[in-house]
Amino acid sequence: MSTTTWAWLVLLFPLLGATINGLGYRRLGRVGAGIVGTASIGLAFLCAVGALFSLQGHDAEHRALVSSLWDYAVTGDVDAKLSILVDPLSVYMMLVVTGISTLIHLYSVSYMKGDRGYARYFSYLNFFVFSMLVLVLGGNFLMLIVGWAFVGAASYLLISFWYRRGTATAAGIKAFVINVVGDVGLVLGTFFVLRHSGTLDFLGTFRAVHGGAFDSHNGALVAGCLLILVGAFAKSAQIPLHTWLPDAMEGPTPVSSLIHAATMVTAGVYLIARLHPLFEAAPAAADTAAVIGCLTLLIAGTIALTQTDIKRVIAYSTMSQIGYMIMAVGAGGYVAGLFHLMTHAFFKALLFMAAGSIIGAMAGAQSLDRMSGFRKAMPFTFGCFVVGGLALSGVPPFSGFFSKDEILAFVGNRGGWFVAPYVVGYIGAFLTAVYTWRMIFRAFWGEPCAEARELEHGHLAHAEVPTNPANGEEEDTDVGFPGPEHTIAEWALPMKVAMTLLAIGATVAGLVQIPEVDHVITNFLEPTFADSKYIHDEAGSGLVFFGMALGTVVALLGIALAHRIWVAKPGSAAAWRERFKPAYTLFVNKWWFDEAIDLLVVRPFAAFGTFSRRTFERVVVEGTLVDGTTSVVRAGSAAVRAIQTGLLRYYAALLLLGGAAVLLYFLISAS
Amino acid sequence: MSIAWYLVVSALIFCIGAGGVLVRRNPLVILLCLELMLNAANLALIAFSRMHGNDDGQIFALIVMVVAACEVTVGLGLIVAIFRRRLPIDVDQLRELQG
Repeated sequence: MSTTTWAWLVLLFPLLGATINGLGYRRLGRVGAGIVGTASIGLAFLCAVGALFSLQGHDAEHRALVSSLWDYAVTGDVDAKLSILVDPLSVYMMLVVTGISTLIHLYSVSYMKGDRGYARYFSYLNFFVFSMLVLVLGGNFLMLIVGWAFVGAASYLLISFWYRRGTATAAGIKAFVINVVGDVGLVLGTFFVLRHSGTLDFLGTFRAVHGGAFDSHNGALVAGCLLILVGAFAKSAQIPLHTWLPDAMEGPTPVSSLIHAATMVTAGVYLIARLHPLFEAAPAAADTAAVIGCLTLLIAGTIALTQTDIKRVIAYSTMSQIGYMIMAVGAGGYVAGLFHLMTHAFFKALLFMAAGSIIGAMAGAQSLDRMSGFRKAMPFTFGCFVVGGLALSGVPPFSGFFSKDEILAFVGNRGGWFVAPYVVGYIGAFLTAVYTWRMIFRAFWGEPCAEARELEHGHLAHAEVPTNPANGEEEDTDVGFPGPEHTIAEWALPMKVAMTLLAIGATVAGLVQIPEVDHVITNFLEPTFADSKYIHDEAGSGLVFFGMALGTVVALLGIALAHRIWVAKPGSAAAWRERFKPAYTLFVNKWWFDEAIDLLVVRPFAAFGTFSRRTFERVVVEGTLVDGTTSVVRAGSAAVRAIQTGLLRYYAALLLLGGAAVLLYFLISAS
Repeated sequence: MSIAWYLVVSALIFCIGAGGVLVRRNPLVILLCLELMLNAANLALIAFSRMHGNDDGQIFALIVMVVAACEVTVGLGLIVAIFRRRLPIDVDQLRELQG
């Protein structure tokens, strides 16, 4: 089979899974839905592997294959086709997306077992995977935008999955609205590019850019790239469009793991890497991306230090790690950014799964304040958390260490003002270690809490009245709310298998790309980035080893600090809070981003809307236009109605008079 | 003979018919007057046909007769229906269809 056929099959299976689950949920039953959902993604993964081997069979120069099914519209300057582009970058993304998705589907089979919306859940999840694959496989801007919008919709559906929970639906709406802001940016940016390149096709656009369609520092290109960045920032939760991501944790935990950690939120990174010829021709836009990524990684890291909801801590951590990736691809380190994308997918999905397991043990509660001492009760979850935490904080030889280091070495090597992001990157690494281990120490060390003690005796805690962990409202367990049963990884084989595989990945995935030893990812992705001017920008070994040493020290220091505050001297956290009160207030309030957006955007718009409704809508539209039209029609019809007397002879007389008048007219005009 | 004679007769019959339609109130008589008007037109058509030596006018007149037959059928049917329901046979009183 040809490479593109494999790729089409990768797209087909998730769509089939979503359709079968969505339409046949009555026939399938609970077991069937899980099997269909998981198997379709598993098959997609196998096809992705097939595409990988098939692609490697081509020469390095011919590894960008385009296949079109049909044309949507080919008119003038628009060539909208249903086409996919299979090149090393898209195959790489395909493998990450389908691989992680398979494991998360497997995990969900057990985790969502008690939920009444089981088949609906798998249908949505398969639809999400399909959309994400459309996004990464799309061969032109049109397909990219379609996939981009689809993943936004899937994300909305899954965040609001428990649709009777007010907080969940509100979070879904928030995510959708912010993502639509990004969609608009992406579409407008595409128009800017299309106007000058004359084609929607990626390869055609890149040829046009290299062929001089834009002169350097072209204003239209910079504007277009900045608008595309708005899309990337909204999807990848970068400042200031990040506020939806923490709220998105209202969705089921595997959803947070798949969509809001491993795959969808990294779409912005993929987008910048995919469009790298554009961004290299518009350095101002690329630098903006690097700066925003750098700010995000720092701000998100500080917020994560103070949050008490375990899923929100990991969510802010995700934001921070994507900040690293955006910074990398903005600076031109595409391979470094994508490498971190892959390792992050492993360890962040693992951390979320482990968090889901603890939440199961806590019967749905998510607050770190209530968790403690789970170490003995949940050894497997604890092990996974430690592996994920070590990888996240960048301790050698775990995967995060190598990928984060490659990013920082690349950024440091750029020199100039990139020294600032380089330093901030290490500060961020320190914060990462502190907040990750704060979470682990608080959940697993200390006196076992009531739920942990019960679990040690083999009983899973059960909430007497299920409540919403966000605001404590009482719930039932029918459809639209979480199901009655919770599961922990220790007791469920599918969860255990998924987490074990991810833990292995999180441990060893970094070994494919060790400086001075092997460069698997670089070599694989090289054909895609061969035209990049940064491709041969490699940090010297001095900088690389200095960075590695610094990274290790920073990570260990962070872990040591966390250990000191939360284990060695329990209760000292309050003293720290007092000492850094202004900073703590800033962090715990999330830098007031929500409030600022509310004040600067939401309220002015709401006020403008109210004003328009009261004055323009009521007076001009309703008063003048609508009422005016009806009164004109009414007056006109009253006049016409008066003629309609119902007298037959009267009508006949009018008819004859009219005919006579016409006749007279012709007689006069003829003479 | 000049065509003018035929046309004068046709115009007279037409005016008689039109006058009848306007002044009479019995629908039956109105129908008869309509018939007069149609036949006046037929007379003019045939006269012109003869003058031009062209058969089109005759065919036209035949079609007018067909239409007139249809119209009379419907009209008489209506009148019978009105009579059966014991409604007044007077077009001035049949004026429910008004604005």
